[in-house]
Amino acid sequence: MNEPVRRISVVVLTMFLALMIAASYIQVIAAGDLNADARNVRTLYREYGTFRGPIVVDGQSIVWSAPVDDPFNYQRTYADGPLYSAVTGYYSIVYGRTGIEQSENELLSGTADELFWTRLGNLVSGETQRGASVELTLSGAVQQAAFDALGDQIGAVVALDPSTGKVLAMVTSPTFDPADLAGHTTSVVNENYQTLLGTPDGPLVNRAIAGDTYPPGSTFKLVTAAAALGAGYDAESELYAPDELALPGTSVTMGNYGGASCSSTESMTLADALRISCNTAFGSLGMKLGWSVIERQAEAFGWGEQLSIPLAVTPSRLPDDPDQAQTAMSSIGQYDVRATPLQMAMVAAGIANDGELMRPYLVETVRDADLRVVETTEPEVMSTPMTVADANELTAMMVGVVDAGSGTNAQISGVEVAGKTGTAETGNDLDPHAWFVGFAPADDPVVAVAVVLENGGGNTGTITGGRLAAPIARQVIEAALAAQGGS
Amino acid sequence: MATVAEVTVRTGRRAELGLLALTVLIAVAARGLVDYHADYLVISDMLVYTGAWVAVALAIHLALRRWAPFADPVLVPAVLTINGIGLAMIRRIDFAYAARGRETDFGQVQAVWTLLGISLAILVILLLRDYKLLRRFTYTAGVLGLVGLLLPLLPGIGTQINGARIWINVFGKSLQPGEFAKIAFVVFFAGYLVSNRDTLALAGPKVLGMRFPRPRDLGPLALVWVAAMLVQIYERDLGTSLLLFGIFVAMLYVATEQLSWVLTGMAMFTVGAVAAGAFFSHVGARYTAWLHALDPEVYRSGQSEQLVRGLFGMASGGLFGTGLGEGRPDLVPYAESDFIVASIGEELGLTGLLAILTLYIVIVQRAMRTAIGIRHGFGKLLSAGLGFAIGLQVFIVVGGVTRVIPLTGLTTPFLAYGGSSMLANWIVIGLLLRISHQARRPEESSA
Repeated sequence: MNEPVRRISVVVLTMFLALMIAASYIQVIAAGDLNADARNVRTLYREYGTFRGPIVVDGQSIVWSAPVDDPFNYQRTYADGPLYSAVTGYYSIVYGRTGIEQSENELLSGTADELFWTRLGNLVSGETQRGASVELTLSGAVQQAAFDALGDQIGAVVALDPSTGKVLAMVTSPTFDPADLAGHTTSVVNENYQTLLGTPDGPLVNRAIAGDTYPPGSTFKLVTAAAALGAGYDAESELYAPDELALPGTSVTMGNYGGASCSSTESMTLADALRISCNTAFGSLGMKLGWSVIERQAEAFGWGEQLSIPLAVTPSRLPDDPDQAQTAMSSIGQYDVRATPLQMAMVAAGIANDGELMRPYLVETVRDADLRVVETTEPEVMSTPMTVADANELTAMMVGVVDAGSGTNAQISGVEVAGKTGTAETGNDLDPHAWFVGFAPADDPVVAVAVVLENGGGNTGTITGGRLAAPIARQVIEAALAAQGGS
Repeated sequence: MATVAEVTVRTGRRAELGLLALTVLIAVAARGLVDYHADYLVISDMLVYTGAWVAVALAIHLALRRWAPFADPVLVPAVLTINGIGLAMIRRIDFAYAARGRETDFGQVQAVWTLLGISLAILVILLLRDYKLLRRFTYTAGVLGLVGLLLPLLPGIGTQINGARIWINVFGKSLQPGEFAKIAFVVFFAGYLVSNRDTLALAGPKVLGMRFPRPRDLGPLALVWVAAMLVQIYERDLGTSLLLFGIFVAMLYVATEQLSWVLTGMAMFTVGAVAAGAFFSHVGARYTAWLHALDPEVYRSGQSEQLVRGLFGMASGGLFGTGLGEGRPDLVPYAESDFIVASIGEELGLTGLLAILTLYIVIVQRAMRTAIGIRHGFGKLLSAGLGFAIGLQVFIVVGGVTRVIPLTGLTTPFLAYGGSSMLANWIVIGLLLRISHQARRPEESSA
């Protein structure tokens, strides 16, 4: 009976060989496909199951990972979700990531190259990987003020610290609560996402930096004025300011807001033209300066630049080789001039900071799980669009706008506010965009702000930047001044 | 008394002691890793655990020295290594469940079963001084096996768990009588075949050079076939059915040396299995889940979900695994029992899985070696049958998880969580140790 026993041994060996081949197939050859299978939650869990670092504002976590008893281990939790969603974005197992959750993902999840030494330490100590915390430049008070002031009006607010480029507030409306998309029940998340997609005015769109860019309207006159100052004009230079400005090569003319007359003499100073936002004066000024001068000035303020703060910012646009008539229109921020609210805040910040534009940024410091600083953003000069003298002159002109011009609604008692209103025609039957950009205090600015209400932001009555946007800017500036005074 | 013959035969006990030291090292290290990764490492606990392992290893080693000094020296270390890795893995899965709020104590229970199992093995060596005694109980064993096999079908004590009705409830504990029936059947087959092998082997028509059995000799084969089919259909357990039938055919072949028996048997089983799949939807569903596991529709219906999750787990382990305590074996249902192989594959990688499969090969080969070494026909059949039983059982379980064959409800011997399997398989090891002792023992002059 020994021969059959030997054969049986061989049979058993063969059976085990089959097992070994099958195991090798699964774990090596087919492993890639299996790991990539959409039904394989492991890949998701591995990515989403680690402790993710918090996002911090004013020393307090506004987003953090809370331990939960489900396969993902942690639930991404958003305190004041709607307040910060324009910056934080969401972190969803179904729809991926946006905002800081996306741009700082490698740091938050702990996989970034910067965290190599931390990981190496963990390997030795056997600790599990923990993500780094990301501290934002936002000021909770300013953000809250901007959020409250904007309310349910459609639009956006951006506030910058002109001397550093720190983004103090970034609000877009309507907005959403990231918690709705961060749940672990796929069906619920799907439903919430579809609801958001179906909501009019797109709550998922970040109007402050990445929505549709807007025609800046009269707020662009700051750029034109800066270009004029750079070209040798001063506040008292007389501009041609007819009631109707003929546009060369066309049969149409440019008028002023509400058909008003700027000056009985058809002539006025640059300061006055800015103060009352005279279209014809700036139209004629633009044609006189020539588009290339204004274009250079605008580019110095950041137009055309692909910014990453580190959220990706839609580049603001300028017209391509405009003729005389188009130059006139562009000089008052119409025609093909487009800007993000962040871009307009940068214009204000550049003027406020004595002509030096600081690169805007949102991430202040990144610390690893042991609170060691991994990364700090140093303020950086992005460009110098104006000389100190020109900047001061333009500032004085902007103070005039708020003191006794179109921007009186931005006045704060005891504080000199510099600003510029804008009411940008959209070229269709919709209401115009209401703008306000400004900064304060004028002599030593701590905040630069831009407000836009898209197509009037849902308001009724006369839509102007002075009436609707200026009060919002005022509240944001007040909050920033209060926060500054408090610190 | 044999006083003169000074034949030096190496018992291999010293080698066994060395291997046991290695075994204890592996078992303790695995447990230490698991506790460490669960942030649960307590030095005093580890010392107790190490002490327990040393004590157990020494106990079985000394028992062998005393009562079966010539027993195979490789069997116990191989089995204990698998057992130790299994204990660590099950404890690790306890931690994984605990992290998700599910309190389980599989690890501790399994440790108790292990101790009981080893005690039973020692008891077998102590009480059964000559394996040939078992031959007297050939038909008793046959009846016991049949009873054990059919017990789960009895209303009242039989229960269905995870789709298979192979459990009975005794004093609030679930037992798989099939595991014990397996041993009884091997004893019965060995006894029956050793008496009837001549008739079965030599009579019958020759076709194509092979002697096929006479119809009237087909009785026993047909009986076992019917039993296997009943198990598959009524207990919904292809595993036990295949195991039982496979053991019988293999032993029949060893006894008769006639390949024709194997072919006849395999043909019968295949026809029966295919027919069962065609006529009984629950059997058919198992086949569908096996053949089309990744098919979205089959997966969505839930039929192949467990299997596919096991595949995902193994795939995530890759060549070297995630490391003990680093993976997510808890994502596979029954990770501690039916799918412990997938858990091993995930955390210890292909490398670890192949190592464990190799240990099983060693165990089976030692049993076969014993069968060849022993003179007595009953002993040959017994040890070959027991060895084949372990090998086939591993093949059925691991084959099910790795999609070589349809998934079944058997447990991986010594590795998976489960008391019946642990006790029964340690009894098998006890028997093998006893037979191997008698196989390797120098011929006594007084015999």
